[in-house]
Amino acid sequence: MEIGKPKLKVQLGSIQLKNPVMTASGTFGYGNEFTNYVNLHHLGGIVVKGISLLPRPGNPPPRIVETEGGMLNAIGLENVGVLAFINDKMPFLKEAGTEVIVNILGDTVDEYAEIANKLNNIKGISAIEVNISCPNVKKGGVAFGADPKMVSAVTRAVKDNTNLPVIMKLSPNVTDITATAMAAEQAGADAVSLINTLMAMAIDSETRRPRLANIIGGLSGPAIKPVALRMVWQVAKTVKIPVIGIGGIMNTEDALEFLIAGATAIEVGTANLINPAITGEIVQGISDYLSAHRLESVQEIIGSLITE
Amino acid sequence: MTSYQTNAEILRKEQITGDIFRLTLNCPEIADQARPGQFIMLKASAKNTPFLRRPFSVHQTSINGRVQVLFKVLGKGTEYLASCTSGTLLSVVGPLGRGFTLPQKGTSVCLIGGGMGIAPLFFLAKRLSRHHDHYTSIKVMLGAATAKELLTLKSDFEQLGMPVEMATDDGSAGHHGFVTDLVQSTIGENPPWAFYTCGPHPMMKKIALLCREKDCFCEASLETMMACGIGACLGCVIPRPLPTESGEQYFHVCKDGPVFDAGDILWK
Repeated sequence: MEIGKPKLKVQLGSIQLKNPVMTASGTFGYGNEFTNYVNLHHLGGIVVKGISLLPRPGNPPPRIVETEGGMLNAIGLENVGVLAFINDKMPFLKEAGTEVIVNILGDTVDEYAEIANKLNNIKGISAIEVNISCPNVKKGGVAFGADPKMVSAVTRAVKDNTNLPVIMKLSPNVTDITATAMAAEQAGADAVSLINTLMAMAIDSETRRPRLANIIGGLSGPAIKPVALRMVWQVAKTVKIPVIGIGGIMNTEDALEFLIAGATAIEVGTANLINPAITGEIVQGISDYLSAHRLESVQEIIGSLITE
Repeated sequence: MTSYQTNAEILRKEQITGDIFRLTLNCPEIADQARPGQFIMLKASAKNTPFLRRPFSVHQTSINGRVQVLFKVLGKGTEYLASCTSGTLLSVVGPLGRGFTLPQKGTSVCLIGGGMGIAPLFFLAKRLSRHHDHYTSIKVMLGAATAKELLTLKSDFEQLGMPVEMATDDGSAGHHGFVTDLVQSTIGENPPWAFYTCGPHPMMKKIALLCREKDCFCEASLETMMACGIGACLGCVIPRPLPTESGEQYFHVCKDGPVFDAGDILWK
Protein backbone atom coordinates (compact mmCIF):
# COMPACT_ATOMS: atom_id res chain seq x y z
CA MET A 1 0.00 0.00 0.00
CA GLU A 2 1.29 3.42 -0.95
CA ILE A 3 1.57 5.72 2.04
CA GLY A 4 0.70 9.36 1.36
CA LYS A 5 2.63 12.36 2.60
CA PRO A 6 2.90 12.15 6.40
CA LYS A 7 0.73 14.55 8.40
CA LEU A 8 2.78 17.13 10.25
CA LYS A 9 0.04 19.18 11.89
CA VAL A 10 0.15 19.62 15.65
CA GLN A 11 -2.18 21.33 18.07
CA LEU A 12 -0.89 23.80 20.67
CA GLY A 13 -3.88 24.53 22.82
CA SER A 14 -6.31 26.34 20.54
CA ILE A 15 -3.83 26.99 17.74
CA GLN A 16 -2.93 24.57 15.04
CA LEU A 17 0.58 24.57 13.58
CA LYS A 18 1.10 23.20 10.08
CA ASN A 19 4.15 21.40 11.48
CA PRO A 20 5.97 21.28 14.82
CA VAL A 21 8.93 23.45 13.77
CA MET A 22 9.11 26.99 15.11
CA THR A 23 11.92 29.49 15.65
CA ALA A 24 13.17 30.41 19.11
CA SER A 25 12.90 33.99 20.27
CA GLY A 26 15.99 36.12 19.80
CA THR A 27 17.49 33.96 17.09
CA PHE A 28 15.18 34.84 14.21
CA GLY A 29 14.78 38.60 14.56
CA TYR A 30 11.33 39.65 13.44
CA GLY A 31 11.30 37.13 10.58
CA ASN A 32 12.14 39.52 7.74
CA GLU A 33 15.88 38.98 8.29
CA PHE A 34 15.50 35.41 7.03
CA THR A 35 13.42 35.70 3.86
CA ASN A 36 16.53 35.35 1.65
CA TYR A 37 17.24 31.93 3.12
CA VAL A 38 14.04 30.16 4.15
CA ASN A 39 10.43 30.19 3.02
CA LEU A 40 8.61 31.36 6.16
CA HIS A 41 5.43 29.86 4.79
CA HIS A 42 6.91 26.39 5.36
CA LEU A 43 7.40 26.89 9.10
CA GLY A 44 5.08 25.88 11.91
CA GLY A 45 5.52 29.27 13.52
CA ILE A 46 7.82 32.18 14.17
CA VAL A 47 8.53 33.27 17.72
CA VAL A 48 9.77 36.83 17.45
CA LYS A 49 12.51 38.64 19.37
CA GLY A 50 11.30 39.41 22.92
CA ILE A 51 9.27 42.59 23.25
CA SER A 52 9.15 44.89 26.26
CA LEU A 53 6.78 47.76 27.02
CA LEU A 54 9.38 50.38 26.10
CA PRO A 55 12.32 50.01 23.69
CA ARG A 56 15.46 48.65 25.31
CA PRO A 57 18.97 49.54 24.11
CA GLY A 58 20.55 46.28 25.30
CA ASN A 59 23.89 45.60 26.95
CA PRO A 60 27.30 47.05 26.05
CA PRO A 61 29.61 44.82 23.96
CA PRO A 62 31.00 42.23 23.96
CA ARG A 63 27.57 40.61 23.99
CA ILE A 64 28.45 37.22 22.57
CA VAL A 65 31.22 34.71 22.93
CA GLU A 66 31.76 31.36 21.31
CA THR A 67 32.27 28.38 23.61
CA GLU A 68 32.86 24.68 23.06
CA GLY A 69 29.72 23.37 21.40
CA GLY A 70 27.77 26.58 21.77
CA MET A 71 27.81 30.25 22.61
CA LEU A 72 27.04 32.66 25.41
CA ASN A 73 24.95 35.74 24.88
CA ALA A 74 24.14 38.73 27.00
CA ILE A 75 22.26 40.84 24.47
CA GLY A 76 20.34 42.53 27.25
CA LEU A 77 16.92 42.13 25.63
CA GLU A 78 17.51 44.85 23.05
CA ASN A 79 14.19 45.40 21.27
CA VAL A 80 12.06 48.05 19.62
CA GLY A 81 9.30 48.10 22.27
CA VAL A 82 5.70 46.98 21.90
CA LEU A 83 4.37 50.00 19.99
CA ALA A 84 7.08 50.01 17.33
CA PHE A 85 6.67 46.25 17.11
CA ILE A 86 2.97 46.60 16.33
CA ASN A 87 3.49 49.46 13.88
CA ASP A 88 6.70 48.43 12.12
CA LYS A 89 7.04 44.67 12.44
CA MET A 90 3.50 43.27 12.42
CA PRO A 91 2.58 44.40 8.87
CA PHE A 92 5.27 42.08 7.51
CA LEU A 93 4.65 39.28 10.02
CA LYS A 94 0.91 39.01 9.48
CA GLU A 95 1.56 38.29 5.80
CA ALA A 96 4.32 35.76 6.52
CA GLY A 97 2.03 32.76 6.05
CA THR A 98 2.85 31.16 9.37
CA GLU A 99 1.75 31.42 12.99
CA VAL A 100 3.23 34.47 14.72
CA ILE A 101 4.01 34.04 18.39
CA VAL A 102 5.05 37.18 20.22
CA ASN A 103 7.58 36.72 22.99
CA ILE A 104 7.16 39.28 25.78
CA LEU A 105 9.21 40.28 28.80
CA GLY A 106 8.99 42.69 31.70
CA ASP A 107 10.52 43.99 34.90
CA THR A 108 7.30 43.73 36.92
CA VAL A 109 4.12 41.66 36.86
CA ASP A 110 2.19 44.78 35.84
CA GLU A 111 4.47 45.34 32.89
CA TYR A 112 3.77 41.83 31.55
CA ALA A 113 0.04 42.51 31.98
CA GLU A 114 0.27 45.79 30.09
CA ILE A 115 2.17 44.35 27.12
CA ALA A 116 -0.26 41.43 26.88
CA ASN A 117 -3.10 43.92 26.90
CA LYS A 118 -1.55 46.03 24.15
CA LEU A 119 -1.09 42.96 21.93
CA ASN A 120 -4.54 41.48 22.61
CA ASN A 121 -6.46 42.82 19.64
CA ILE A 122 -3.68 43.00 17.11
CA LYS A 123 -4.50 41.01 13.99
CA GLY A 124 -2.04 38.35 12.92
CA ILE A 125 -0.81 37.28 16.35
CA SER A 126 -1.48 33.60 17.16
CA ALA A 127 -0.13 33.36 20.71
CA ILE A 128 1.98 35.01 23.38
CA GLU A 129 5.15 33.41 24.71
CA VAL A 130 6.24 34.80 28.05
CA ASN A 131 9.94 35.09 28.87
CA ILE A 132 10.20 34.73 32.65
CA SER A 133 13.97 34.43 32.79
CA CYS A 134 14.32 38.17 33.41
CA PRO A 135 14.81 39.66 36.87
CA ASN A 136 11.84 40.90 38.90
CA VAL A 137 12.98 44.39 39.87
CA LYS A 138 10.46 44.55 42.70
CA LYS A 139 11.77 41.31 44.23
CA GLY A 140 15.47 42.11 44.42
CA GLY A 141 16.16 41.01 40.87
CA VAL A 142 15.37 37.31 41.32
CA ALA A 143 14.22 35.91 38.00
CA PHE A 144 10.44 35.38 37.78
CA GLY A 145 11.11 31.92 36.43
CA ALA A 146 13.01 30.86 39.54
CA ASP A 147 10.00 30.83 41.85
CA PRO A 148 6.73 28.95 41.23
CA LYS A 149 4.75 31.71 43.01
CA MET A 150 6.12 34.36 40.68
CA VAL A 151 5.50 32.09 37.69
CA SER A 152 1.85 31.83 38.77
CA ALA A 153 1.57 35.58 39.22
CA VAL A 154 2.96 36.35 35.76
CA THR A 155 0.88 33.62 34.11
CA ARG A 156 -2.34 34.98 35.68
CA ALA A 157 -1.49 38.58 34.86
CA VAL A 158 -0.93 37.71 31.19
CA LYS A 159 -3.96 35.41 30.97
CA ASP A 160 -6.18 38.10 32.50
CA ASN A 161 -5.13 40.54 29.78
CA THR A 162 -5.35 38.52 26.63
CA ASN A 163 -7.63 36.18 24.75
CA LEU A 164 -4.65 34.68 22.97
CA PRO A 165 -3.14 31.35 24.01
CA VAL A 166 -0.31 31.88 26.50
CA ILE A 167 2.92 29.89 26.40
CA MET A 168 5.13 30.21 29.47
CA LYS A 169 8.82 29.88 28.56
CA LEU A 170 10.50 28.20 31.50
CA SER A 171 13.95 28.90 32.86
CA PRO A 172 16.30 25.94 33.36
CA ASN A 173 18.10 27.80 36.15
CA VAL A 174 16.02 26.11 38.86
CA THR A 175 16.32 23.06 41.08
CA ASP A 176 13.09 21.46 39.87
CA ILE A 177 11.65 22.61 36.57
CA THR A 178 8.51 20.52 37.05
CA ALA A 179 7.54 22.83 39.92
CA THR A 180 7.54 25.94 37.75
CA ALA A 181 5.87 24.01 34.92
CA MET A 182 3.04 22.95 37.26
CA ALA A 183 2.71 26.49 38.58
CA ALA A 184 2.26 27.74 35.00
CA GLU A 185 -0.28 25.03 34.20
CA GLN A 186 -2.31 25.64 37.36
CA ALA A 187 -2.35 29.38 36.71
CA GLY A 188 -3.91 28.78 33.31
CA ALA A 189 -1.03 28.59 30.84
CA ASP A 190 -2.02 26.99 27.53
CA ALA A 191 1.44 25.53 26.97
CA VAL A 192 4.98 25.67 28.30
CA SER A 193 8.16 26.03 26.27
CA LEU A 194 11.56 25.00 27.58
CA ILE A 195 14.39 25.58 28.02
CA ASN A 196 15.64 29.13 27.97
CA THR A 197 19.44 29.54 28.10
CA LEU A 198 21.53 28.29 31.00
CA MET A 199 23.28 30.97 33.04
CA ALA A 200 26.97 30.68 32.30
CA MET A 201 30.23 32.56 31.97
CA ALA A 202 33.54 32.57 30.14
CA ILE A 203 36.88 34.04 31.24
CA ASP A 204 39.97 35.06 29.31
CA SER A 205 42.86 33.69 31.37
CA GLU A 206 45.37 36.02 29.71
CA THR A 207 43.59 39.21 30.69
CA ARG A 208 41.72 37.65 33.66
CA ARG A 209 38.63 39.41 32.42
CA PRO A 210 35.19 37.98 31.68
CA ARG A 211 34.59 37.54 27.97
CA LEU A 212 31.17 39.22 28.20
CA ALA A 213 30.76 42.82 29.32
CA ASN A 214 27.80 41.63 31.38
CA ILE A 215 30.10 38.97 32.98
CA ILE A 216 27.26 36.40 32.95
CA GLY A 217 25.32 35.30 29.90
CA GLY A 218 23.07 32.56 28.61
CA LEU A 219 24.55 29.38 27.16
CA SER A 220 22.89 27.95 24.07
CA GLY A 221 23.73 25.49 21.32
CA PRO A 222 24.41 21.75 21.22
CA ALA A 223 26.15 21.90 24.62
CA ILE A 224 22.77 22.31 26.37
CA LYS A 225 20.77 19.74 24.41
CA PRO A 226 21.07 16.83 26.87
CA VAL A 227 19.98 19.09 29.73
CA ALA A 228 17.05 20.40 27.70
CA LEU A 229 15.97 16.90 26.66
CA ARG A 230 15.94 15.72 30.26
CA MET A 231 13.87 18.71 31.36
CA VAL A 232 11.41 18.37 28.48
CA TRP A 233 10.94 14.69 29.28
CA GLN A 234 10.34 15.43 32.99
CA VAL A 235 7.92 18.26 32.30
CA ALA A 236 6.01 16.36 29.60
CA LYS A 237 5.38 13.57 32.12
CA THR A 238 4.17 16.06 34.72
CA VAL A 239 1.81 18.48 32.96
CA LYS A 240 -1.18 17.92 30.69
CA ILE A 241 -0.73 21.06 28.59
CA PRO A 242 1.47 20.85 25.48
CA VAL A 243 5.22 21.18 25.90
CA ILE A 244 7.43 22.93 23.35
CA GLY A 245 11.02 21.65 23.31
CA ILE A 246 13.92 24.06 22.94
CA GLY A 247 17.65 23.72 23.48
CA GLY A 248 20.51 23.09 21.09
CA ILE A 249 18.45 21.73 18.21
CA MET A 250 20.84 21.79 15.25
CA ASN A 251 19.24 19.28 12.88
CA THR A 252 16.33 16.91 12.23
CA GLU A 253 17.66 14.21 14.53
CA ASP A 254 17.81 16.64 17.45
CA ALA A 255 14.26 17.81 16.74
CA LEU A 256 13.00 14.22 16.65
CA GLU A 257 14.61 13.50 20.02
CA PHE A 258 12.60 16.30 21.61
CA LEU A 259 9.38 15.08 20.01
CA ILE A 260 10.06 11.54 21.23
CA ALA A 261 10.76 12.94 24.73
CA GLY A 262 7.24 14.39 24.72
CA ALA A 263 7.39 17.78 23.06
CA THR A 264 4.40 18.60 20.84
CA ALA A 265 6.46 21.17 18.94
CA ILE A 266 10.02 22.44 18.96
CA GLU A 267 11.79 25.76 18.61
CA VAL A 268 15.09 26.01 16.76
CA GLY A 269 17.33 28.71 18.20
CA THR A 270 21.05 29.19 17.87
CA ALA A 271 21.19 26.96 14.76
CA ASN A 272 19.44 29.76 12.83
CA LEU A 273 22.50 31.93 13.33
CA ILE A 274 24.74 29.38 11.65
CA ASN A 275 22.40 27.97 9.04
CA PRO A 276 19.62 30.46 8.32
CA ALA A 277 17.78 27.82 6.27
CA ILE A 278 17.82 25.16 9.01
CA THR A 279 14.16 25.41 10.06
CA GLY A 280 12.94 24.59 6.55
CA GLU A 281 15.42 21.71 6.37
CA ILE A 282 14.12 20.29 9.66
CA VAL A 283 10.49 20.43 8.46
CA GLN A 284 11.51 18.39 5.42
CA GLY A 285 13.67 16.12 7.55
CA ILE A 286 10.83 15.23 9.91
CA SER A 287 8.60 14.45 6.96
CA ASP A 288 11.29 12.23 5.43
CA TYR A 289 11.81 10.43 8.74
CA LEU A 290 8.10 9.68 9.06
CA SER A 291 7.97 8.39 5.49
CA ALA A 292 11.05 6.23 6.01
CA HIS A 293 9.47 4.73 9.15
CA ARG A 294 6.09 4.35 7.43
CA LEU A 295 4.40 6.59 9.98
CA GLU A 296 1.31 8.50 8.90
CA SER A 297 1.53 11.35 11.34
CA VAL A 298 4.00 13.17 13.55
CA GLN A 299 1.58 12.45 16.40
CA GLU A 300 2.84 8.88 16.38
CA ILE A 301 6.29 9.90 17.59
CA ILE A 302 5.34 12.60 20.09
CA GLY A 303 6.03 11.18 23.57
CA SER A 304 6.91 7.79 22.09
CA LEU A 305 10.01 7.23 24.23
CA ILE A 306 10.50 3.55 25.03
CA THR A 307 11.88 3.05 28.53
CA GLU A 308 11.44 -0.58 29.35
CA MET B 1 19.28 43.41 -0.78
CA THR B 2 19.49 39.80 -1.83
CA SER B 3 21.93 37.51 -0.14
CA TYR B 4 22.38 33.78 -0.42
CA GLN B 5 23.43 30.71 1.49
CA THR B 6 25.36 28.37 -0.75
CA ASN B 7 28.01 25.64 -0.73
CA ALA B 8 30.95 27.09 -2.59
CA GLU B 9 33.82 25.03 -3.94
CA ILE B 10 37.34 26.18 -3.16
CA LEU B 11 38.89 26.58 -6.60
CA ARG B 12 42.30 27.77 -5.46
CA LYS B 13 44.25 28.20 -2.26
CA GLU B 14 47.27 30.51 -2.30
CA GLN B 15 49.74 30.76 0.54
CA ILE B 16 50.85 34.38 0.47
CA THR B 17 53.33 33.85 3.31
CA GLY B 18 53.64 31.35 6.16
CA ASP B 19 50.31 32.16 7.78
CA ILE B 20 48.50 34.35 5.24
CA PHE B 21 46.22 32.63 2.75
CA ARG B 22 43.90 33.56 -0.06
CA LEU B 23 40.97 31.36 -1.05
CA THR B 24 39.13 31.58 -4.34
CA LEU B 25 35.56 30.35 -4.02
CA ASN B 26 33.09 29.53 -6.74
CA CYS B 27 29.83 31.27 -5.78
CA PRO B 28 28.33 33.10 -8.77
CA GLU B 29 25.26 34.63 -7.07
CA ILE B 30 27.37 36.16 -4.33
CA ALA B 31 30.05 37.35 -6.77
CA ASP B 32 27.36 39.03 -8.82
CA GLN B 33 25.75 40.86 -5.91
CA ALA B 34 28.78 41.78 -3.76
CA ARG B 35 29.87 45.39 -3.50
CA PRO B 36 33.22 46.61 -2.11
CA GLY B 37 33.19 46.64 1.69
CA GLN B 38 30.58 43.92 2.03
CA PHE B 39 31.38 40.66 3.77
CA ILE B 40 30.53 36.98 3.73
CA MET B 41 30.09 34.50 6.59
CA LEU B 42 32.07 31.29 6.15
CA LYS B 43 31.49 28.05 8.00
CA ALA B 44 35.04 27.41 9.18
CA SER B 45 34.62 23.84 10.36
CA ALA B 46 33.40 20.50 9.11
CA LYS B 47 31.34 19.95 12.29
CA ASN B 48 30.43 22.09 15.29
CA THR B 49 33.87 23.39 16.30
CA PRO B 50 34.39 26.27 15.84
CA PHE B 51 30.70 26.70 16.39
CA LEU B 52 29.98 30.02 14.73
CA ARG B 53 30.62 31.19 11.20
CA ARG B 54 33.46 33.66 10.61
CA PRO B 55 33.01 36.98 8.84
CA PHE B 56 35.40 37.86 6.00
CA SER B 57 35.46 40.96 3.84
CA VAL B 58 35.18 40.21 0.16
CA HIS B 59 38.73 40.62 -1.18
CA GLN B 60 37.66 40.62 -4.81
CA THR B 61 35.09 39.13 -7.15
CA SER B 62 35.32 38.20 -10.80
CA ILE B 63 32.77 38.19 -13.58
CA ASN B 64 33.10 34.42 -13.84
CA GLY B 65 31.52 33.97 -10.43
CA ARG B 66 34.47 33.89 -8.08
CA VAL B 67 34.84 35.43 -4.66
CA GLN B 68 38.16 35.73 -2.87
CA VAL B 69 38.91 36.06 0.82
CA LEU B 70 42.26 36.90 2.37
CA PHE B 71 43.09 35.86 5.92
CA LYS B 72 45.81 35.24 8.46
CA VAL B 73 45.69 32.09 10.57
CA LEU B 74 44.76 33.31 14.05
CA GLY B 75 42.58 30.60 15.58
CA LYS B 76 40.76 27.35 14.97
CA GLY B 77 38.51 28.75 12.25
CA THR B 78 41.28 30.19 10.10
CA GLU B 79 43.37 27.08 10.84
CA TYR B 80 40.60 24.97 9.36
CA LEU B 81 40.27 27.19 6.30
CA ALA B 82 44.02 27.11 5.74
CA SER B 83 43.93 23.30 5.87
CA CYS B 84 41.22 23.01 3.21
CA THR B 85 42.28 21.92 -0.24
CA SER B 86 40.93 22.81 -3.67
CA GLY B 87 37.64 21.07 -4.23
CA THR B 88 36.47 21.40 -0.62
CA LEU B 89 32.97 22.83 -0.27
CA LEU B 90 32.49 25.70 2.18
CA SER B 91 29.11 26.98 3.28
CA VAL B 92 28.92 30.70 2.52
CA VAL B 93 26.30 33.29 3.43
CA GLY B 94 26.46 36.64 1.69
CA PRO B 95 26.98 39.24 0.50
CA LEU B 96 26.16 41.05 3.73
CA GLY B 97 26.29 44.49 5.25
CA ARG B 98 26.79 48.03 4.02
CA GLY B 99 29.84 48.55 1.84
CA PHE B 100 31.89 51.59 0.89
CA THR B 101 30.32 54.70 -0.62
CA LEU B 102 32.11 55.34 -3.90
CA PRO B 103 33.97 58.68 -4.02
CA GLN B 104 32.62 61.61 -5.98
CA LYS B 105 34.19 62.57 -9.29
CA GLY B 106 37.14 64.90 -8.99
CA THR B 107 38.29 63.72 -5.58
CA SER B 108 41.73 62.49 -4.65
CA VAL B 109 41.31 58.99 -3.24
CA CYS B 110 43.49 57.35 -0.64
CA LEU B 111 43.14 53.71 0.45
CA ILE B 112 44.89 52.86 3.70
CA GLY B 113 45.06 49.23 4.75
CA GLY B 114 46.78 47.60 7.68
CA GLY B 115 47.43 43.85 7.77
CA MET B 116 44.41 41.83 6.74
CA GLY B 117 42.47 45.09 6.54
CA ILE B 118 43.96 45.37 3.07
CA ALA B 119 41.48 42.71 1.90
CA PRO B 120 38.36 44.85 1.25
CA LEU B 121 40.38 47.79 -0.07
CA PHE B 122 41.55 45.76 -3.03
CA PHE B 123 37.93 45.11 -4.04
CA LEU B 124 37.30 48.86 -3.76
CA ALA B 125 40.45 49.61 -5.78
CA LYS B 126 39.29 47.27 -8.54
CA ARG B 127 35.93 49.02 -8.67
CA LEU B 128 37.60 52.46 -8.76
CA SER B 129 39.98 51.36 -11.51
CA ARG B 130 37.02 51.01 -13.89
CA HIS B 131 36.78 54.81 -13.90
CA HIS B 132 40.31 55.78 -12.96
CA ASP B 133 39.99 59.08 -14.85
CA HIS B 134 37.09 60.20 -12.61
CA TYR B 135 39.53 60.81 -9.78
CA THR B 136 42.33 63.33 -9.46
CA SER B 137 44.57 60.61 -8.06
CA ILE B 138 44.32 57.24 -6.32
CA LYS B 139 46.94 56.48 -3.69
CA VAL B 140 47.32 53.21 -1.83
CA MET B 141 49.09 52.91 1.52
CA LEU B 142 49.68 49.50 2.97
CA GLY B 143 51.06 48.60 6.36
CA ALA B 144 52.13 45.25 7.80
CA ALA B 145 54.59 43.69 10.20
CA THR B 146 57.10 42.77 7.53
CA ALA B 147 57.78 43.03 3.78
CA LYS B 148 56.81 39.50 2.75
CA GLU B 149 53.25 40.03 3.98
CA LEU B 150 52.87 42.92 1.55
CA LEU B 151 54.68 42.10 -1.68
CA THR B 152 51.97 40.05 -3.42
CA LEU B 153 49.27 42.53 -2.45
CA LYS B 154 51.39 45.50 -3.50
CA SER B 155 51.78 44.13 -7.01
CA ASP B 156 48.01 43.46 -7.20
CA PHE B 157 47.31 47.15 -6.61
CA GLU B 158 50.09 48.19 -8.96
CA GLN B 159 48.56 46.09 -11.73
CA LEU B 160 45.52 48.35 -11.43
CA GLY B 161 47.81 51.30 -12.12
CA MET B 162 47.78 52.55 -8.55
CA PRO B 163 51.00 53.63 -6.85
CA VAL B 164 51.57 51.91 -3.50
CA GLU B 165 53.41 53.28 -0.49
CA MET B 166 54.38 50.77 2.16
CA ALA B 167 55.13 50.89 5.85
CA THR B 168 56.45 47.97 7.87
CA ASP B 169 57.02 47.50 11.57
CA ASP B 170 60.51 46.08 10.96
CA GLY B 171 61.48 48.46 8.17
CA SER B 172 61.94 45.60 5.68
CA ALA B 173 59.91 47.48 3.06
CA GLY B 174 58.97 51.13 2.63
CA HIS B 175 58.64 53.41 5.63
CA HIS B 176 59.97 51.99 8.90
CA GLY B 177 57.00 52.64 11.14
CA PHE B 178 53.24 53.03 10.95
CA VAL B 179 51.26 53.51 7.78
CA THR B 180 49.54 56.43 9.51
CA ASP B 181 52.83 58.37 9.31
CA LEU B 182 52.40 58.38 5.51
CA VAL B 183 48.92 59.87 5.70
CA GLN B 184 50.03 63.04 7.49
CA SER B 185 51.96 64.35 4.48
CA THR B 186 49.27 63.39 1.95
CA ILE B 187 46.28 65.04 3.52
CA GLY B 188 47.47 68.58 2.67
CA GLU B 189 47.78 68.04 -1.12
CA ASN B 190 45.14 68.30 -3.86
CA PRO B 191 41.84 68.46 -1.97
CA PRO B 192 39.14 67.29 -1.72
CA TRP B 193 40.19 63.88 -0.38
CA ALA B 194 38.28 60.70 0.18
CA PHE B 195 39.95 58.29 2.59
CA TYR B 196 39.04 54.63 2.97
CA THR B 197 40.58 52.58 5.71
CA CYS B 198 40.52 49.12 7.19
CA GLY B 199 42.93 47.61 9.66
CA PRO B 200 43.85 47.66 13.34
CA HIS B 201 41.67 49.88 15.52
CA PRO B 202 44.47 52.33 16.58
CA MET B 203 45.41 52.82 12.92
CA MET B 204 41.85 53.61 11.84
CA LYS B 205 41.36 55.85 14.85
CA LYS B 206 44.40 57.93 13.97
CA ILE B 207 43.24 58.32 10.37
CA ALA B 208 39.69 59.12 11.45
CA LEU B 209 40.83 61.85 13.82
CA LEU B 210 43.16 63.32 11.23
CA CYS B 211 40.32 63.39 8.71
CA ARG B 212 37.97 64.95 11.24
CA GLU B 213 40.54 67.68 11.92
CA LYS B 214 40.99 68.39 8.19
CA ASP B 215 37.30 67.89 7.42
CA CYS B 216 37.97 65.08 4.91
CA PHE B 217 35.57 62.34 3.85
CA CYS B 218 36.62 59.12 5.55
CA GLU B 219 35.06 55.67 5.72
CA ALA B 220 36.32 52.86 7.93
CA SER B 221 35.50 49.16 7.79
CA LEU B 222 35.15 47.70 11.28
CA GLU B 223 35.40 44.21 12.67
CA THR B 224 33.56 42.80 15.67
CA MET B 225 32.66 39.41 17.07
CA MET B 226 29.63 38.26 15.08
CA ALA B 227 27.35 35.27 15.46
CA CYS B 228 24.95 35.49 12.50
CA GLY B 229 26.00 38.42 10.28
CA ILE B 230 22.40 38.94 9.14
CA GLY B 231 20.99 41.17 11.86
CA ALA B 232 19.26 38.51 13.93
CA CYS B 233 21.41 37.94 17.01
CA LEU B 234 22.18 41.60 17.82
CA GLY B 235 25.55 40.48 19.11
CA CYS B 236 27.86 42.69 17.03
CA VAL B 237 27.16 46.11 18.50
CA ILE B 238 29.32 49.18 18.92
CA PRO B 239 28.15 52.34 20.72
CA ARG B 240 26.64 55.21 18.74
CA PRO B 241 27.96 58.69 19.59
CA LEU B 242 24.37 59.75 20.37
CA PRO B 243 21.21 57.71 20.87
CA THR B 244 18.68 57.83 18.02
CA GLU B 245 15.23 59.36 18.50
CA SER B 246 13.82 55.90 19.16
CA GLY B 247 16.44 55.34 21.85
CA GLU B 248 18.89 53.09 19.99
CA GLN B 249 22.28 53.35 21.65
CA TYR B 250 24.22 50.98 19.44
CA PHE B 251 25.10 50.34 15.82
CA HIS B 252 24.86 46.76 14.62
CA VAL B 253 28.07 46.26 12.69
CA CYS B 254 26.60 43.57 10.41
CA LYS B 255 23.69 45.76 9.25
CA ASP B 256 24.69 49.38 9.83
CA GLY B 257 28.26 48.54 8.75
CA PRO B 258 30.80 47.04 8.54
CA VAL B 259 31.69 50.26 6.68
CA PHE B 260 30.91 53.42 8.63
CA ASP B 261 31.50 57.11 8.15
CA ALA B 262 34.56 57.41 10.39
CA GLY B 263 33.02 60.52 11.94
CA ASP B 264 30.12 58.43 13.32
CA ILE B 265 32.36 56.11 15.32
CA LEU B 266 33.27 56.61 18.97
CA TRP B 267 37.00 55.87 18.68
CA LYS B 268 38.31 54.49 21.96
